[in-house]
Amino acid sequence: MTPRALFRLAALIKKELLQILRDPSTLLISFLFPGVLMVVFGFGISLDSTAVRLGIFDRDGTPPARRLVQTYQHTPGFHVVEATSVAELSDQLRAGKIQGFVVIDVGFGKQVVTGSRTRPMVQLITDGAEPNGANFVAAFAQGAFAVWSQQELSARGYGPKSPAKAFGLETRAWFNPSTQSRNSLLPGSVTIIMTVVGALLTALVVAREWERGTMEALLAAGVSRFELVVSKLIPYFLLGQLAFTICVLMTHLLFEVPLRGSVGMLYFVGAAFLASALGMGLLLSTALKNQYNAAQAALNVAFLPALMLSGFVFEIRSMPLPIQIVSAIIPARYFVTAMQTVFQAGDVGSVITRSLFGLTLAAVGFLGLTFVNTRRRLE
Amino acid sequence: MNPTLVRLLSLIKKELQVVIGDTQSLRLLIAPVILQLLLFPFAATLEVKNNTIYVLDRDGGPVATEVIERLSHTPAFDQVRRLRGEADARRVIDRQDALVVLQIGPHFSERALAGQPEPIQAILDGRRSNSGQIALSYVQSILAGIPVGDALDASLPPLVVRHWYNPNLDYYRFILPSLVALIATFSALIVTAMSVAREREQGTLDQLLVSPLTPWMLFVGKATPALIVAMIQATIILVGSVFFYGVEFRGNVLSLYLCIVPYVLALAGIGLFISTVCSTQQQAFLGVFLFVMPGILLSGFVTPVDNMPEILQTLTWANPIRHFVAIAKGIYLKGALLRDFRDNLIALGCIAVVTASISLALFQRRLS
Repeated sequence: MTPRALFRLAALIKKELLQILRDPSTLLISFLFPGVLMVVFGFGISLDSTAVRLGIFDRDGTPPARRLVQTYQHTPGFHVVEATSVAELSDQLRAGKIQGFVVIDVGFGKQVVTGSRTRPMVQLITDGAEPNGANFVAAFAQGAFAVWSQQELSARGYGPKSPAKAFGLETRAWFNPSTQSRNSLLPGSVTIIMTVVGALLTALVVAREWERGTMEALLAAGVSRFELVVSKLIPYFLLGQLAFTICVLMTHLLFEVPLRGSVGMLYFVGAAFLASALGMGLLLSTALKNQYNAAQAALNVAFLPALMLSGFVFEIRSMPLPIQIVSAIIPARYFVTAMQTVFQAGDVGSVITRSLFGLTLAAVGFLGLTFVNTRRRLE
Repeated sequence: MNPTLVRLLSLIKKELQVVIGDTQSLRLLIAPVILQLLLFPFAATLEVKNNTIYVLDRDGGPVATEVIERLSHTPAFDQVRRLRGEADARRVIDRQDALVVLQIGPHFSERALAGQPEPIQAILDGRRSNSGQIALSYVQSILAGIPVGDALDASLPPLVVRHWYNPNLDYYRFILPSLVALIATFSALIVTAMSVAREREQGTLDQLLVSPLTPWMLFVGKATPALIVAMIQATIILVGSVFFYGVEFRGNVLSLYLCIVPYVLALAGIGLFISTVCSTQQQAFLGVFLFVMPGILLSGFVTPVDNMPEILQTLTWANPIRHFVAIAKGIYLKGALLRDFRDNLIALGCIAVVTASISLALFQRRLS
């Protein structure tokens, strides 16, 4: 690079920085936005259910049935509502007021005593419109039912030793012994936040120049494509790193997610990801040349795909093959894996290398396309 | 015709031309709907499939072989591989090759045959603790199916579980109605917040303000195109989910469309509010994201509202997306009636009136 070109690049970066300082919203993106969202993710997103609103209709009323109702009432985590008809409960289930209900049929008590099994006398109905919740309610209700069964059996003289036990599992979760979903969700959340920060920072910057006519001035001044892209990249890269720092600090200090890997590795992977996220924003801005359209595209391209296709909540391996292939072009996917690993497992070479490879490819791809799409002449 | 009405109609016509007038804008409104309709229902699943399960079998006896044999026949695990030692277990978990590693102790078969089975040790990847726990629940149910001695508690009646509305708990059925809500959210906010900011940046807002149109007419003029776009996008998703995904629409279609009206008005109110406090499109863009991301995350779309802390649950009453996600799911999947959502509809109405009034008051103050 000639000294003259270097001087021009420095001037362009200075211009961009002045513009950033003049519009407080750009600074808000790197301070306020990550802070607010970390709080939302940290407190609002949880796969750990805390309380189940369960309806019960005891049509039988015999002592074993009453004892079953009591078991549910005394199990912590259940809010039990007793009703007097199935219609009442199904109305409540439809309106989302309860998450499931147990119906004990007439004859249940007799069945318990005689041990006959003609037809099912006790049923649990769950709200399948919430699949995850329904699974949880079913498992939880089965657990309480097993407690009741055990009590009935021991009341009839079967000691705890005599019934043959089924095969059990003894579980240990490595990296996250308490299996709190927060510990694996938060490092992933940083990914989603950074994807959007990248889009917010750059999606409008090139389009703005075209809309305001200042692009013509830049082109007339003989600015090269390379200078244009780099001058847009460097200032926002610095702001992006600031946002990343806020996310990491909040994850580790406020939400106490252990950091087992090194800070250096965190920033190394973070830098690669930021380059790809900014590249995506710049590409949209350059290709669409219109702030309104670029905003709309960014809203659709940045947030939802990162949320749905990155493996943040939904396992990529469980998706059908074509969707897995689509997810391979989403940079957030590689960053989610890398962040979860660096935070919870440490600097695992093979995982990080794979992620870095994907991120670098994405960054080069997006920035390369931006470069190609940048026109030097007016049409 | 009433001159006020004529003015209003021409304003709406002009807005529509801006929103869907050129091909690029039109494409940007339709293409994401189609893409999201094709990708997300397949992507969204909390089921665990196609994983490799690794087993460290220190026993090698007949019962251990039976357990491994049964594991290889579940869709959750497409491959069962054997490990040679503890160090191997560490390696496959570290590299995320395995979600779960099972360790079978040296006297496993012997004890099981004696009617005193010992537990199998399971190690799961805590980075993916939720999927790991789901995978383990499959393992557990497989183990429960292997008979040990004579099962005494069979004499008690079992608890039979039925999932209403979605017997197989398919995730795509859960995602599709929520998509109606999400996509309408994006376009309604863009059409209101960004378009006012654009008019301000280009100076055409002043022209509108000095025209004989009252601020309320301006609100209607901005909200109507948003409503039209939202209805079209909702229709695409509904048609796709009924005919492509084959998810039966259990409720009344008309009542769902009816509910879109207060929803879009609430969003338009918020959009207008964002645009009154912002002076550039860049700022409005930030404002939209600052509302939309917490709004979607706290809507019950990603994780249930019930799992949130009490205070946040109360706060979500001010979140229109939460109300509409519940309404769309209820009417579509459960055949719910409008009266089931009385509280949600009242909340949407309140949000619309409050936000629109505040932004119009701010507009008027700027005028005088």
